[in-house]
Amino acid sequence: MTEHLTHDPAIELINVSRRFVSPTGKSLTALRDFNMTVERGEFVAVVGPTGCGKSTTLNLVTGLARPSAGEVRLMGGPVSGIDPRVGFAFQTDALFPWKNVIDNVMAGPLFRGKRRDVAEASAKRWLARVGLSKFINHYPHQLSGGMRKRVSLAQTFINEPEILLMDEPFSALDVQTRTVMHEELLKLWAERKASVVFVTHDLEEAVALADKVYVLTAGPATVKSVYKIDLPRPRVVSEIRYEQQFIDYCKTIWDDLRQEVETSYRRASEAA
Amino acid sequence: MANVTMETTGTVFRPGTSDAEIEATALKSIKRRKQTVLFWQIAILVATLGLWELSSTMLWIDPFFYASPSAIAERLYDWALNGTTEGSLWYNLWVTMQEALIGFFAGSITGVFVGVGLGRNRFLSDIFSVYIKAINSIPRVVLAPIFIMIMGLGLPSKVALAFIMVFFVVFANAFQGVREADRNMIANARILGASNWQVTRNVIVPSAMSWIFASLHVSFGFAIIGAIVGEFVGARFGIGQLISIAKGTFDAAGMFAAIILVMIFTLVAEAIMTVIENRLAKWRPQQVDVQ
Repeated sequence: MTEHLTHDPAIELINVSRRFVSPTGKSLTALRDFNMTVERGEFVAVVGPTGCGKSTTLNLVTGLARPSAGEVRLMGGPVSGIDPRVGFAFQTDALFPWKNVIDNVMAGPLFRGKRRDVAEASAKRWLARVGLSKFINHYPHQLSGGMRKRVSLAQTFINEPEILLMDEPFSALDVQTRTVMHEELLKLWAERKASVVFVTHDLEEAVALADKVYVLTAGPATVKSVYKIDLPRPRVVSEIRYEQQFIDYCKTIWDDLRQEVETSYRRASEAA
Repeated sequence: MANVTMETTGTVFRPGTSDAEIEATALKSIKRRKQTVLFWQIAILVATLGLWELSSTMLWIDPFFYASPSAIAERLYDWALNGTTEGSLWYNLWVTMQEALIGFFAGSITGVFVGVGLGRNRFLSDIFSVYIKAINSIPRVVLAPIFIMIMGLGLPSKVALAFIMVFFVVFANAFQGVREADRNMIANARILGASNWQVTRNVIVPSAMSWIFASLHVSFGFAIIGAIVGEFVGARFGIGQLISIAKGTFDAAGMFAAIILVMIFTLVAEAIMTVIENRLAKWRPQQVDVQ
Protein backbone atom coordinates (compact mmCIF):
# COMPACT_ATOMS: atom_id res chain seq x y z
CA MET A 1 0.00 0.00 0.00
CA THR A 2 2.71 2.51 0.94
CA GLU A 3 4.62 1.36 -2.10
CA HIS A 4 1.58 2.25 -4.15
CA LEU A 5 1.19 5.69 -2.51
CA THR A 6 4.71 6.86 -3.27
CA HIS A 7 4.07 6.20 -6.92
CA ASP A 8 0.97 8.36 -7.11
CA PRO A 9 1.51 11.15 -9.61
CA ALA A 10 2.11 14.67 -8.29
CA ILE A 11 -0.92 16.15 -10.01
CA GLU A 12 -3.95 14.48 -11.55
CA LEU A 13 -6.89 16.24 -13.16
CA ILE A 14 -9.58 13.69 -13.90
CA ASN A 15 -12.46 14.67 -16.19
CA VAL A 16 -12.44 18.16 -14.76
CA SER A 17 -14.89 20.82 -15.90
CA ARG A 18 -15.05 24.37 -14.68
CA ARG A 19 -18.00 26.66 -15.27
CA PHE A 20 -18.22 30.30 -14.32
CA VAL A 21 -21.61 31.79 -13.59
CA SER A 22 -21.84 35.57 -13.85
CA PRO A 23 -23.98 37.52 -11.33
CA THR A 24 -26.65 37.87 -14.03
CA GLY A 25 -26.85 34.11 -14.31
CA LYS A 26 -25.02 33.50 -17.58
CA SER A 27 -22.69 30.56 -17.54
CA LEU A 28 -19.37 30.17 -19.31
CA THR A 29 -17.44 26.92 -19.56
CA ALA A 30 -13.68 27.37 -19.30
CA LEU A 31 -12.65 23.73 -19.02
CA ARG A 32 -14.42 20.64 -20.31
CA ASP A 33 -13.53 17.01 -19.57
CA PHE A 34 -9.98 17.96 -18.87
CA ASN A 35 -7.45 15.20 -18.12
CA MET A 36 -3.86 15.76 -17.15
CA THR A 37 -1.23 13.81 -15.20
CA VAL A 38 2.04 15.24 -13.94
CA GLU A 39 4.49 12.71 -12.53
CA ARG A 40 6.74 13.59 -9.61
CA GLY A 41 9.73 15.62 -10.73
CA GLU A 42 8.25 16.09 -14.18
CA PHE A 43 8.27 19.39 -16.06
CA VAL A 44 5.05 19.85 -17.97
CA ALA A 45 4.32 22.79 -20.24
CA VAL A 46 0.79 23.74 -21.29
CA VAL A 47 0.26 25.69 -24.50
CA GLY A 48 -2.97 26.85 -26.07
CA PRO A 49 -4.63 29.83 -27.72
CA THR A 50 -5.14 32.99 -25.64
CA GLY A 51 -8.03 32.94 -23.23
CA CYS A 52 -8.64 29.20 -23.61
CA GLY A 53 -8.57 28.47 -19.89
CA LYS A 54 -4.91 27.72 -19.21
CA SER A 55 -4.81 29.84 -16.06
CA THR A 56 -8.03 28.24 -14.82
CA THR A 57 -6.24 24.89 -14.81
CA LEU A 58 -3.61 26.25 -12.47
CA ASN A 59 -6.14 27.85 -10.15
CA LEU A 60 -7.82 24.47 -9.75
CA VAL A 61 -4.54 22.91 -8.66
CA THR A 62 -3.78 25.66 -6.11
CA GLY A 63 -7.17 25.25 -4.51
CA LEU A 64 -8.04 28.91 -5.17
CA ALA A 65 -10.85 27.57 -7.38
CA ARG A 66 -12.88 24.36 -7.26
CA PRO A 67 -13.88 22.19 -10.21
CA SER A 68 -17.56 22.20 -11.20
CA ALA A 69 -17.22 18.51 -12.04
CA GLY A 70 -14.46 15.94 -11.92
CA GLU A 71 -11.60 15.59 -9.50
CA VAL A 72 -8.23 17.23 -8.82
CA ARG A 73 -5.71 15.15 -6.87
CA LEU A 74 -2.33 16.17 -5.47
CA MET A 75 0.13 13.43 -4.51
CA GLY A 76 -2.74 10.99 -4.52
CA GLY A 77 -4.99 13.02 -2.19
CA PRO A 78 -7.91 15.31 -3.00
CA VAL A 79 -7.39 19.10 -3.02
CA SER A 80 -9.10 20.83 -0.13
CA GLY A 81 -8.26 24.50 0.16
CA ILE A 82 -4.83 25.95 -0.55
CA ASP A 83 -2.16 23.28 -0.40
CA PRO A 84 1.09 24.18 1.40
CA ARG A 85 3.08 21.99 -0.99
CA VAL A 86 2.18 24.27 -3.91
CA GLY A 87 4.18 27.26 -5.12
CA PHE A 88 2.90 29.71 -7.74
CA ALA A 89 4.72 32.08 -10.08
CA PHE A 90 2.51 34.85 -11.45
CA GLN A 91 2.51 36.46 -14.85
CA THR A 92 2.29 39.98 -13.47
CA ASP A 93 4.28 41.40 -10.63
CA ALA A 94 2.83 39.99 -7.43
CA LEU A 95 5.56 41.24 -5.10
CA PHE A 96 4.44 43.42 -2.22
CA PRO A 97 5.63 46.90 -3.19
CA TRP A 98 5.63 48.16 0.42
CA LYS A 99 8.04 45.45 1.55
CA ASN A 100 11.72 45.52 0.66
CA VAL A 101 13.34 42.61 -1.14
CA ILE A 102 14.24 40.52 1.89
CA ASP A 103 10.85 41.06 3.56
CA ASN A 104 9.19 39.94 0.35
CA VAL A 105 11.20 36.74 0.27
CA MET A 106 10.70 36.15 4.00
CA ALA A 107 6.94 36.55 3.72
CA GLY A 108 6.24 32.87 2.96
CA PRO A 109 8.11 31.35 5.92
CA LEU A 110 6.72 34.03 8.26
CA PHE A 111 3.15 33.38 7.08
CA ARG A 112 3.80 29.71 7.81
CA GLY A 113 4.84 30.45 11.37
CA LYS A 114 8.64 30.13 11.06
CA ARG A 115 10.76 32.15 13.49
CA ARG A 116 11.99 35.48 12.20
CA ASP A 117 15.72 34.71 12.39
CA VAL A 118 15.23 31.34 10.67
CA ALA A 119 13.20 32.98 7.91
CA GLU A 120 15.76 35.74 7.50
CA ALA A 121 18.69 33.35 7.20
CA SER A 122 16.94 31.27 4.59
CA ALA A 123 15.80 34.37 2.68
CA LYS A 124 19.42 35.53 2.54
CA ARG A 125 20.47 32.12 1.19
CA TRP A 126 17.83 32.26 -1.54
CA LEU A 127 18.67 35.82 -2.50
CA ALA A 128 22.32 34.80 -2.81
CA ARG A 129 21.16 31.88 -4.95
CA VAL A 130 19.44 34.23 -7.43
CA GLY A 131 22.31 36.73 -7.27
CA LEU A 132 20.58 39.56 -5.43
CA SER A 133 22.53 39.67 -2.15
CA LYS A 134 23.40 43.31 -2.74
CA PHE A 135 19.77 44.34 -3.10
CA ILE A 136 18.13 42.97 0.03
CA ASN A 137 17.13 46.42 1.29
CA HIS A 138 15.84 47.73 -2.03
CA TYR A 139 12.16 48.14 -2.73
CA PRO A 140 10.65 46.40 -5.79
CA HIS A 141 10.20 49.66 -7.70
CA GLN A 142 13.96 50.22 -7.52
CA LEU A 143 14.69 46.97 -9.39
CA SER A 144 14.54 46.07 -13.06
CA GLY A 145 11.91 43.68 -14.41
CA GLY A 146 14.36 40.77 -14.49
CA MET A 147 15.49 41.40 -10.92
CA ARG A 148 11.90 41.57 -9.71
CA LYS A 149 11.25 38.24 -11.40
CA ARG A 150 14.22 36.76 -9.55
CA VAL A 151 12.88 38.05 -6.27
CA SER A 152 9.55 36.40 -7.14
CA LEU A 153 11.32 33.11 -7.85
CA ALA A 154 13.16 33.30 -4.52
CA GLN A 155 9.86 34.16 -2.80
CA THR A 156 8.26 31.06 -4.32
CA PHE A 157 11.20 28.66 -3.92
CA ILE A 158 11.89 29.55 -0.28
CA ASN A 159 8.78 27.57 0.70
CA GLU A 160 10.37 24.55 -1.02
CA PRO A 161 7.26 23.67 -3.02
CA GLU A 162 6.94 20.10 -4.27
CA ILE A 163 4.56 21.35 -6.91
CA LEU A 164 5.41 24.48 -8.83
CA LEU A 165 2.79 26.20 -10.96
CA MET A 166 3.90 28.92 -13.34
CA ASP A 167 1.47 31.13 -15.23
CA GLU A 168 3.38 32.72 -18.14
CA PRO A 169 5.92 33.92 -15.60
CA PHE A 170 8.40 35.38 -18.08
CA SER A 171 6.08 36.81 -20.71
CA ALA A 172 6.67 40.40 -19.59
CA LEU A 173 10.45 40.14 -19.87
CA ASP A 174 12.62 41.05 -22.83
CA VAL A 175 14.07 38.19 -24.87
CA GLN A 176 17.60 38.19 -23.40
CA THR A 177 16.41 38.38 -19.81
CA ARG A 178 13.91 35.66 -20.54
CA THR A 179 16.64 33.26 -21.73
CA VAL A 180 18.65 33.97 -18.60
CA MET A 181 15.58 33.28 -16.46
CA HIS A 182 14.99 30.00 -18.32
CA GLU A 183 18.48 28.78 -17.43
CA GLU A 184 17.98 29.96 -13.87
CA LEU A 185 14.68 28.12 -13.59
CA LEU A 186 16.05 24.87 -15.02
CA LYS A 187 18.97 25.01 -12.58
CA LEU A 188 16.69 25.54 -9.59
CA TRP A 189 14.37 22.83 -10.82
CA ALA A 190 17.21 20.33 -11.38
CA GLU A 191 18.33 20.82 -7.78
CA ARG A 192 14.91 20.50 -6.22
CA LYS A 193 13.17 18.18 -8.65
CA ALA A 194 9.77 19.72 -8.04
CA SER A 195 6.89 18.83 -10.33
CA VAL A 196 6.25 21.80 -12.59
CA VAL A 197 3.28 22.94 -14.64
CA PHE A 198 4.37 25.80 -16.86
CA VAL A 199 1.64 27.64 -18.73
CA THR A 200 2.76 29.69 -21.73
CA HIS A 201 1.70 30.71 -25.20
CA ASP A 202 5.30 30.69 -26.38
CA LEU A 203 5.79 27.29 -28.00
CA GLU A 204 9.59 27.47 -28.15
CA GLU A 205 9.73 28.26 -24.46
CA ALA A 206 7.54 25.22 -23.79
CA VAL A 207 9.67 22.83 -25.88
CA ALA A 208 12.95 24.18 -24.47
CA LEU A 209 11.93 23.67 -20.85
CA ALA A 210 9.52 20.77 -20.62
CA ASP A 211 9.46 16.98 -20.57
CA LYS A 212 5.91 16.96 -21.83
CA VAL A 213 3.91 19.54 -23.75
CA TYR A 214 0.11 19.64 -23.50
CA VAL A 215 -1.70 21.32 -26.38
CA LEU A 216 -5.14 22.65 -25.44
CA THR A 217 -8.09 23.34 -27.73
CA ALA A 218 -9.70 26.74 -28.13
CA GLY A 219 -12.08 27.34 -25.20
CA PRO A 220 -13.73 25.52 -23.56
CA ALA A 221 -10.33 23.97 -23.12
CA THR A 222 -9.74 20.28 -23.27
CA VAL A 223 -6.52 18.40 -24.02
CA LYS A 224 -5.95 18.10 -27.75
CA SER A 225 -2.68 16.21 -27.70
CA VAL A 226 0.35 15.51 -25.54
CA TYR A 227 3.92 15.52 -26.84
CA LYS A 228 6.86 13.97 -25.06
CA ILE A 229 10.02 16.06 -25.53
CA ASP A 230 13.03 13.77 -25.61
CA LEU A 231 15.79 16.35 -25.59
CA PRO A 232 18.75 15.49 -23.34
CA ARG A 233 19.21 17.30 -20.03
CA PRO A 234 20.83 19.43 -18.76
CA ARG A 235 19.69 21.74 -21.55
CA VAL A 236 21.27 25.02 -22.51
CA VAL A 237 18.24 27.09 -23.44
CA SER A 238 20.20 29.71 -25.39
CA GLU A 239 21.62 27.08 -27.75
CA ILE A 240 18.98 24.40 -27.88
CA ARG A 241 16.86 26.41 -30.29
CA TYR A 242 19.37 25.84 -33.10
CA GLU A 243 19.26 22.05 -32.86
CA GLN A 244 17.39 20.18 -35.57
CA GLN A 245 15.50 17.98 -33.11
CA PHE A 246 14.21 21.07 -31.29
CA ILE A 247 13.08 22.67 -34.53
CA ASP A 248 11.27 19.48 -35.54
CA TYR A 249 9.38 19.36 -32.25
CA CYS A 250 8.35 23.00 -32.61
CA LYS A 251 7.12 22.41 -36.18
CA THR A 252 5.08 19.34 -35.31
CA ILE A 253 3.45 20.93 -32.29
CA TRP A 254 2.85 24.23 -34.08
CA ASP A 255 0.96 22.46 -36.90
CA ASP A 256 -1.27 21.03 -34.22
CA LEU A 257 -1.65 24.25 -32.27
CA ARG A 258 -2.24 26.47 -35.30
CA GLN A 259 -5.73 25.13 -35.98
CA GLU A 260 -6.76 25.97 -32.42
CA VAL A 261 -5.26 29.44 -32.61
CA GLU A 262 -7.14 30.03 -35.88
CA THR A 263 -10.41 28.82 -34.35
CA SER A 264 -9.85 31.11 -31.40
CA TYR A 265 -9.18 34.12 -33.66
CA ARG A 266 -12.17 33.38 -35.83
CA ARG A 267 -14.45 33.25 -32.80
CA ALA A 268 -13.05 36.45 -31.40
CA SER A 269 -13.62 38.30 -34.66
CA GLU A 270 -17.12 36.83 -34.98
CA ALA A 271 -17.94 38.02 -31.49
CA ALA A 272 -16.66 41.51 -32.28
CA MET B 1 11.86 51.70 -13.98
CA ALA B 2 9.08 54.16 -13.54
CA ASN B 3 11.07 57.30 -12.95
CA VAL B 4 9.77 60.29 -14.79
CA THR B 5 12.44 62.00 -16.77
CA MET B 6 12.13 65.75 -16.79
CA GLU B 7 14.39 68.22 -18.51
CA THR B 8 15.04 70.97 -16.02
CA THR B 9 17.01 73.22 -18.32
CA GLY B 10 17.50 73.49 -22.00
CA THR B 11 21.26 73.77 -21.58
CA VAL B 12 23.30 71.88 -24.16
CA PHE B 13 26.71 70.89 -22.88
CA ARG B 14 29.87 70.84 -24.94
CA PRO B 15 31.31 67.33 -25.35
CA GLY B 16 33.79 66.63 -22.57
CA THR B 17 31.82 68.39 -19.86
CA SER B 18 32.32 66.39 -16.67
CA ASP B 19 29.42 64.85 -14.74
CA ALA B 20 30.24 67.04 -11.77
CA GLU B 21 29.83 70.18 -13.84
CA ILE B 22 26.52 68.98 -15.27
CA GLU B 23 25.30 68.13 -11.78
CA ALA B 24 26.37 71.51 -10.44
CA THR B 25 24.52 73.32 -13.23
CA ALA B 26 21.43 71.21 -12.67
CA LEU B 27 21.49 71.86 -8.92
CA LYS B 28 21.89 75.55 -9.52
CA SER B 29 18.97 75.66 -11.92
CA ILE B 30 16.76 73.69 -9.50
CA LYS B 31 17.66 76.12 -6.72
CA ARG B 32 17.00 79.10 -8.93
CA ARG B 33 13.59 77.75 -9.85
CA LYS B 34 12.68 77.22 -6.19
CA GLN B 35 13.68 80.77 -5.38
CA THR B 36 11.63 82.18 -8.25
CA VAL B 37 8.55 80.27 -7.11
CA LEU B 38 9.01 81.48 -3.54
CA PHE B 39 9.51 85.03 -4.72
CA TRP B 40 6.24 85.05 -6.64
CA GLN B 41 4.38 83.43 -3.77
CA ILE B 42 5.50 86.18 -1.39
CA ALA B 43 4.93 88.88 -4.00
CA ILE B 44 1.31 87.82 -4.51
CA LEU B 45 0.68 87.74 -0.76
CA VAL B 46 2.17 91.20 -0.25
CA ALA B 47 0.29 92.62 -3.24
CA THR B 48 -3.05 91.20 -2.07
CA LEU B 49 -2.66 92.43 1.48
CA GLY B 50 -1.36 95.78 0.26
CA LEU B 51 -4.28 96.25 -2.11
CA TRP B 52 -6.72 95.33 0.65
CA GLU B 53 -5.11 97.76 3.08
CA LEU B 54 -5.02 100.51 0.49
CA SER B 55 -8.65 100.01 -0.60
CA SER B 56 -9.68 100.09 3.00
CA THR B 57 -7.83 103.31 3.90
CA MET B 58 -8.90 105.01 0.65
CA LEU B 59 -12.46 103.93 1.43
CA TRP B 60 -12.85 102.11 -1.90
CA ILE B 61 -14.36 99.38 0.21
CA ASP B 62 -16.19 99.91 3.48
CA PRO B 63 -13.76 99.10 6.34
CA PHE B 64 -16.75 98.47 8.56
CA PHE B 65 -17.60 95.33 6.58
CA TYR B 66 -14.26 94.37 5.05
CA ALA B 67 -11.87 95.42 7.84
CA SER B 68 -8.21 95.72 6.82
CA PRO B 69 -5.06 93.65 7.32
CA SER B 70 -3.73 96.11 9.87
CA ALA B 71 -6.98 96.07 11.85
CA ILE B 72 -6.96 92.26 11.82
CA ALA B 73 -3.34 92.13 12.96
CA GLU B 74 -4.15 94.60 15.71
CA ARG B 75 -7.11 92.52 16.81
CA LEU B 76 -5.02 89.33 16.89
CA TYR B 77 -2.35 91.13 18.90
CA ASP B 78 -4.96 92.46 21.32
CA TRP B 79 -6.57 89.02 21.71
CA ALA B 80 -3.25 87.34 22.28
CA LEU B 81 -2.23 89.91 24.88
CA ASN B 82 -5.44 90.82 26.70
CA GLY B 83 -7.73 87.92 25.86
CA THR B 84 -11.13 88.05 24.21
CA THR B 85 -14.48 88.92 25.67
CA GLU B 86 -14.94 85.19 26.22
CA GLY B 87 -11.73 84.66 28.16
CA SER B 88 -8.21 83.92 26.99
CA LEU B 89 -7.68 83.46 23.25
CA TRP B 90 -5.52 80.42 23.87
CA TYR B 91 -8.25 78.77 25.88
CA ASN B 92 -10.76 79.33 23.07
CA LEU B 93 -8.33 77.99 20.51
CA TRP B 94 -7.61 74.98 22.72
CA VAL B 95 -11.32 74.20 23.05
CA THR B 96 -11.79 74.13 19.28
CA MET B 97 -8.60 72.14 18.75
CA GLN B 98 -9.65 69.61 21.33
CA GLU B 99 -13.05 69.12 19.72
CA ALA B 100 -11.59 68.81 16.25
CA LEU B 101 -8.71 66.51 17.23
CA ILE B 102 -10.79 64.10 19.31
CA GLY B 103 -13.41 63.98 16.56
CA PHE B 104 -10.73 63.52 13.92
CA PHE B 105 -8.90 60.68 15.63
CA ALA B 106 -12.02 58.85 16.78
CA GLY B 107 -13.66 59.31 13.38
CA SER B 108 -10.69 58.24 11.30
CA ILE B 109 -9.83 55.22 13.45
CA THR B 110 -13.44 54.02 13.42
CA GLY B 111 -13.64 54.79 9.70
CA VAL B 112 -10.57 52.68 8.93
CA PHE B 113 -11.78 49.75 11.04
CA VAL B 114 -15.30 49.73 9.67
CA GLY B 115 -14.07 50.38 6.11
CA VAL B 116 -11.55 47.53 6.18
CA GLY B 117 -13.99 45.24 7.97
CA LEU B 118 -16.82 45.77 5.51
CA GLY B 119 -14.41 45.82 2.57
CA ARG B 120 -13.21 42.35 3.52
CA ASN B 121 -16.69 40.95 4.08
CA ARG B 122 -18.86 41.12 1.01
CA PHE B 123 -21.95 39.74 2.73
CA LEU B 124 -21.95 42.36 5.50
CA SER B 125 -21.16 45.13 3.03
CA ASP B 126 -24.06 44.08 0.79
CA ILE B 127 -26.39 44.31 3.80
CA PHE B 128 -25.12 47.59 5.23
CA SER B 129 -24.40 49.48 2.01
CA VAL B 130 -27.98 50.73 1.73
CA TYR B 131 -27.94 52.15 5.27
CA ILE B 132 -24.57 53.76 4.79
CA LYS B 133 -25.76 55.38 1.58
CA ALA B 134 -28.87 56.66 3.36
CA ILE B 135 -26.98 58.17 6.29
CA ASN B 136 -24.31 59.50 3.95
CA SER B 137 -26.92 61.46 2.02
CA ILE B 138 -27.80 63.55 5.08
CA PRO B 139 -25.88 66.84 4.98
CA ARG B 140 -23.91 66.36 8.19
CA VAL B 141 -24.25 69.90 9.54
CA VAL B 142 -28.01 69.51 10.02
CA LEU B 143 -27.13 67.08 12.80
CA ALA B 144 -25.54 69.90 14.83
CA PRO B 145 -28.77 71.09 16.52
CA ILE B 146 -29.73 67.52 17.38
CA PHE B 147 -26.35 66.74 18.91
CA ILE B 148 -26.46 69.96 20.91
CA MET B 149 -29.95 69.19 22.12
CA ILE B 150 -28.92 65.71 23.21
CA MET B 151 -25.38 66.33 24.48
CA GLY B 152 -25.49 69.94 25.59
CA LEU B 153 -23.32 72.95 24.86
CA GLY B 154 -20.02 71.36 25.93
CA LEU B 155 -17.38 69.25 24.26
CA PRO B 156 -19.32 66.04 23.44
CA SER B 157 -21.73 67.58 20.93
CA LYS B 158 -18.90 69.13 18.86
CA VAL B 159 -16.82 65.96 19.01
CA ALA B 160 -19.85 64.01 17.78
CA LEU B 161 -20.32 66.36 14.85
CA ALA B 162 -16.61 66.30 13.91
CA PHE B 163 -16.65 62.52 14.29
CA ILE B 164 -19.58 61.99 11.97
CA MET B 165 -18.06 64.28 9.34
CA VAL B 166 -14.70 62.54 9.43
CA PHE B 167 -16.02 59.01 9.69
CA PHE B 168 -17.82 58.85 6.36
CA VAL B 169 -14.96 60.26 4.32
CA VAL B 170 -12.39 57.92 5.85
CA PHE B 171 -14.75 54.97 5.77
CA ALA B 172 -15.55 55.41 2.08
CA ASN B 173 -11.86 55.63 1.17
CA ALA B 174 -10.76 52.71 3.33
CA PHE B 175 -13.55 50.62 1.84
CA GLN B 176 -12.60 51.55 -1.71
CA GLY B 177 -8.92 51.00 -0.96
CA VAL B 178 -9.65 47.47 0.23
CA ARG B 179 -11.69 46.76 -2.88
CA GLU B 180 -8.91 48.04 -5.14
CA ALA B 181 -6.28 45.77 -3.58
CA ASP B 182 -4.54 43.76 -6.28
CA ARG B 183 -6.11 40.32 -6.67
CA ASN B 184 -2.86 38.72 -7.77
CA MET B 185 -1.12 40.05 -4.72
CA ILE B 186 -3.82 38.59 -2.48
CA ALA B 187 -3.60 35.24 -4.29
CA ASN B 188 0.18 35.34 -3.96
CA ALA B 189 -0.02 35.93 -0.20
CA ARG B 190 -2.54 33.14 0.25
CA ILE B 191 -0.49 30.62 -1.70
CA LEU B 192 2.61 31.66 0.23
CA GLY B 193 0.67 30.56 3.29
CA ALA B 194 -1.04 33.67 4.68
CA SER B 195 -4.15 33.33 6.82
CA ASN B 196 -7.05 35.73 6.33
CA TRP B 197 -5.74 37.98 9.08
CA GLN B 198 -2.23 37.93 7.60
CA VAL B 199 -3.62 38.85 4.19
CA THR B 200 -5.48 41.79 5.77
CA ARG B 201 -2.41 42.99 7.65
CA ASN B 202 0.23 42.40 4.98
CA VAL B 203 -1.64 43.13 1.76
CA ILE B 204 -5.02 44.78 2.27
CA VAL B 205 -4.17 47.48 4.79
CA PRO B 206 -0.88 48.58 3.19
CA SER B 207 -2.47 48.83 -0.23
CA ALA B 208 -5.45 50.76 1.14
CA MET B 209 -3.08 53.10 2.98
CA SER B 210 -2.64 55.61 0.15
CA TRP B 211 -6.44 55.86 -0.16
CA ILE B 212 -6.77 56.29 3.59
CA PHE B 213 -4.14 59.01 3.72
CA ALA B 214 -5.75 60.89 0.88
CA SER B 215 -8.97 60.93 2.91
CA LEU B 216 -7.20 62.01 6.11
CA HIS B 217 -6.02 65.21 4.45
CA VAL B 218 -9.56 66.14 3.46
CA SER B 219 -11.19 64.93 6.63
CA PHE B 220 -9.04 67.02 8.94
CA GLY B 221 -10.64 70.06 7.36
CA PHE B 222 -14.01 68.41 7.95
CA ALA B 223 -13.20 67.90 11.64
CA ILE B 224 -12.56 71.64 11.95
CA ILE B 225 -15.80 72.41 10.12
CA GLY B 226 -17.65 70.08 12.49
CA ALA B 227 -16.21 71.73 15.57
CA ILE B 228 -16.83 75.28 14.36
CA VAL B 229 -20.33 74.70 13.03
CA GLY B 230 -21.13 73.03 16.33
CA GLU B 231 -19.91 76.13 18.11
CA PHE B 232 -21.98 78.40 15.86
CA VAL B 233 -25.10 76.55 16.83
CA GLY B 234 -24.40 76.65 20.51
CA ALA B 235 -21.30 76.82 22.69
CA ARG B 236 -19.71 78.68 25.56
CA PHE B 237 -16.17 78.80 24.21
CA GLY B 238 -14.24 78.18 21.01
CA ILE B 239 -13.23 79.90 17.80
CA GLY B 240 -16.68 79.35 16.29
CA GLN B 241 -18.18 81.07 19.29
CA LEU B 242 -15.76 84.02 18.83
CA ILE B 243 -16.85 84.34 15.20
CA SER B 244 -20.47 84.13 16.25
CA ILE B 245 -20.01 86.92 18.80
CA ALA B 246 -18.02 89.04 16.35
CA LYS B 247 -20.91 88.69 13.90
CA GLY B 248 -23.36 89.79 16.59
CA THR B 249 -21.37 92.98 17.22
CA PHE B 250 -20.60 93.70 13.54
CA ASP B 251 -16.91 93.21 14.30
CA ALA B 252 -15.42 92.36 10.88
CA ALA B 253 -11.81 92.44 12.12
CA GLY B 254 -12.68 89.93 14.83
CA MET B 255 -14.23 87.53 12.34
CA PHE B 256 -11.25 87.66 10.00
CA ALA B 257 -8.87 87.27 12.91
CA ALA B 258 -10.62 84.08 14.00
CA ILE B 259 -10.59 82.74 10.45
CA ILE B 260 -6.86 83.34 10.20
CA LEU B 261 -6.27 81.48 13.44
CA VAL B 262 -8.16 78.45 12.14
CA MET B 263 -6.27 78.64 8.87
CA ILE B 264 -2.87 78.60 10.58
CA PHE B 265 -3.91 75.75 12.84
CA THR B 266 -5.14 73.63 9.91
CA LEU B 267 -2.01 74.29 7.87
CA VAL B 268 0.20 73.14 10.75
CA ALA B 269 -1.84 69.96 11.19
CA GLU B 270 -1.68 69.33 7.44
CA ALA B 271 2.11 69.70 7.45
CA ILE B 272 2.44 67.23 10.34
CA MET B 273 0.27 64.74 8.46
CA THR B 274 2.38 65.06 5.30
CA VAL B 275 5.54 64.31 7.29
CA ILE B 276 3.95 61.17 8.77
CA GLU B 277 2.67 60.07 5.37
CA ASN B 278 6.08 60.43 3.74
CA ARG B 279 7.58 58.34 6.52
CA LEU B 280 5.08 55.53 5.95
CA ALA B 281 5.25 55.68 2.17
CA LYS B 282 8.99 55.33 1.73
CA TRP B 283 8.39 52.31 -0.50
CA ARG B 284 6.71 54.38 -3.17
CA PRO B 285 8.68 55.49 -6.23
CA GLN B 286 10.15 58.95 -5.82
CA GLN B 287 9.93 61.34 -8.68
CA VAL B 288 13.46 62.06 -9.78
CA ASP B 289 14.45 64.98 -11.96
CA VAL B 290 16.99 63.84 -14.50
CA GLN B 291 19.30 66.15 -16.35
